[in-house]
Amino acid sequence: MTATRTRTPAPAAAAEGRTTYRDAMREAMREAMRADERVFLMGEDVGRYGGCFGVSLGLLEEFGPERIRDAPLSESAFVGAGIGAALVGMRPIVEIMTVNFSLLALDQILNNAATLLHMSGGQLEVPIVIRMTTGAGRQLAAQHSHSLEGWYAHIPGLRVLAPATVADARYMLAPALADPDPVLIFEHGSLYNVSAELPAGPGFPGIERAVVRRPGTDVSVITYGGSLPKALAAADDLAEAGISAEVVDLRSLRPLDDATLGDSVARTHRAVVVDEGWRTGSLAAEISARLTEGHFYDLDAPVERVCSAEVPIPYARALEAAALPQADTIVAAARRAVGDPAPARADTADQRPTAGRPS
Amino acid sequence: MSSTRTAHTPRPGSRVRRDAAHRLALLESMLRVRRFEERCVELYSAARIRGFMHLYIGEEAVAVGVNEALTGDDAVVSTYREHGHALARGVPAEAIMAEMFGKVTGCSRGRGGSMHLFDAGRRFYGGNAIVGGGLPLAAGLALADHMTGRNRVTCCFFGDGAFAEGEFHETANLAALWRLPLLLVCENNLYAMGTALERHQAQTDLALRAAGYGMVSWAVDGMDVLAVEDAARRAAEGVRAGAGPHFLEMRTYRFRAHSMYDADRYRDKAEIEHWKERDPVEGFARRLLEAKELTGKARDALEDRLAAGIDRAVEAAEQAPEEPVETLLEYVTSPVEANRS
Repeated sequence: MTATRTRTPAPAAAAEGRTTYRDAMREAMREAMRADERVFLMGEDVGRYGGCFGVSLGLLEEFGPERIRDAPLSESAFVGAGIGAALVGMRPIVEIMTVNFSLLALDQILNNAATLLHMSGGQLEVPIVIRMTTGAGRQLAAQHSHSLEGWYAHIPGLRVLAPATVADARYMLAPALADPDPVLIFEHGSLYNVSAELPAGPGFPGIERAVVRRPGTDVSVITYGGSLPKALAAADDLAEAGISAEVVDLRSLRPLDDATLGDSVARTHRAVVVDEGWRTGSLAAEISARLTEGHFYDLDAPVERVCSAEVPIPYARALEAAALPQADTIVAAARRAVGDPAPARADTADQRPTAGRPS
Repeated sequence: MSSTRTAHTPRPGSRVRRDAAHRLALLESMLRVRRFEERCVELYSAARIRGFMHLYIGEEAVAVGVNEALTGDDAVVSTYREHGHALARGVPAEAIMAEMFGKVTGCSRGRGGSMHLFDAGRRFYGGNAIVGGGLPLAAGLALADHMTGRNRVTCCFFGDGAFAEGEFHETANLAALWRLPLLLVCENNLYAMGTALERHQAQTDLALRAAGYGMVSWAVDGMDVLAVEDAARRAAEGVRAGAGPHFLEMRTYRFRAHSMYDADRYRDKAEIEHWKERDPVEGFARRLLEAKELTGKARDALEDRLAAGIDRAVEAAEQAPEEPVETLLEYVTSPVEANRS
């Protein structure tokens, strides 16, 4: 699965050439550090090791150990240090290996980064960018695989981004660094090796907006991050069955682009929300609620959700796959939404009762 | 008792100004904190101040003495027991009182209250009410100075309770490893809220443990403002000289309960009375009287002046407007992004 299937409308400018998500993120950091000496990268193994996932490989050689700063395994201390440095004019990029580890820094992210501006009556801006890997799919089991970005999207004061394409990996960082408030960037681990032609220059839609990755007329499949390739694959499958699915990439998890989501649902009248987080209290629940509140009379069917099963992510390959949203479960949910009784197997991950469902 | 307890011995002290005018200024600064907080108690009882309020009474020598070692360019990160730190730093009493009244003229525009006093212009970075939570932040302020070559000190106050928090140990290691210009001031008042030091620490010699991180560390009589000032000056000098973080364990005691909600059932009255005999404010005033640097008349005049200042702060806070509720959602994100949901 590659991002070439996203069928993103090509920007006006010429392409920069083919690159991977990983390389695009590295190039974004390199560009930022060349342009602004206040920018530095700090985290575990970002320097000599080259980054746990190789994202910062080679940056130490170019920028040196002061700006590519290897930190001890002290998530709270180095995230907090990034916040403190941001308070006094630096533009830190802090890398946390995985979202599970970010819980060790949750005090700093919530009680300081998200709160200082308000608690100080507007005196203290915190222009920090915190990048971390999220998501499952690589058999890393329950302490390296969770999708907790929805938790962070709960927190006022944070901006939460989920680049799902190579272009977003390349171009989201600069506006994130320019934001005076803390920005969290979630990089799904399954995306690093995705490659695509990289558009150059104009065509980047900013970091405020959701984007329609594939237009359609029958059902809106709303997703983000590592689930985007699955949603696009599902849309291909649905097209073969004569169902035209529109795939919307949230890109920003906080704030949510209600207008783009609403416009899509106003066209299709049906929605499936795909979210690798657990269903209960999920981002998918928030989106479903907003669509119901704002577009009740546009909807011709209940909003469907495809989320992870409510278990810690297991190691075994088949179990892990069954725990996550997959193209076939997305297809099944879309068929339910459009009232197509066709042969979709039950969405076992959702464990949702089917009796009495309008169809 | 200003004992050197570790293998890391501080260098002999830099010269502290020892003239009478300086000593009188220290007394005035400590008394201002004491009288300000005594008025806060009255206002709390009158329900003009609400929420949690933690009093610094008994610990005034620490804030006042340490502040003598800092310049306006240096930074201070504090705790929820920070009225004394803020006043010593020069945050106006009017702004602090108004904050506790929840008024728009408060130093945090009424968003913070007693536990979250901020004054960016004076480089006073709060009022952190998560025990240990200010330490990583302080390391970051110091890191920015370190990376940009600014010769400034960041001073972080925290209590003995923070020694049980991972954030202290993470920060101590990080700061020592990177030789950050950080002055760590532990106010050891012997209690983490209601739990006595020996009931929450396996090793109660805190300076010894800080020294384990490779920091210059020593314990100081936190009831003696001159000893505090002397230690803070020496430590700050070491930090400015590029010797990395320094740690001071200030041995002190709070005379009042942990907060206004605390019935103080966990301390012996005799223990409290014992420490009150070492009152840093009255003890210092006695010394100045005995040395004939202070007269009864001058003390009365000082008290009148401080009372008048506090009266003005209270009056101003009473008169100040409330922040309109229409502003509720301000300062969640920065103004340019104010329309974000």
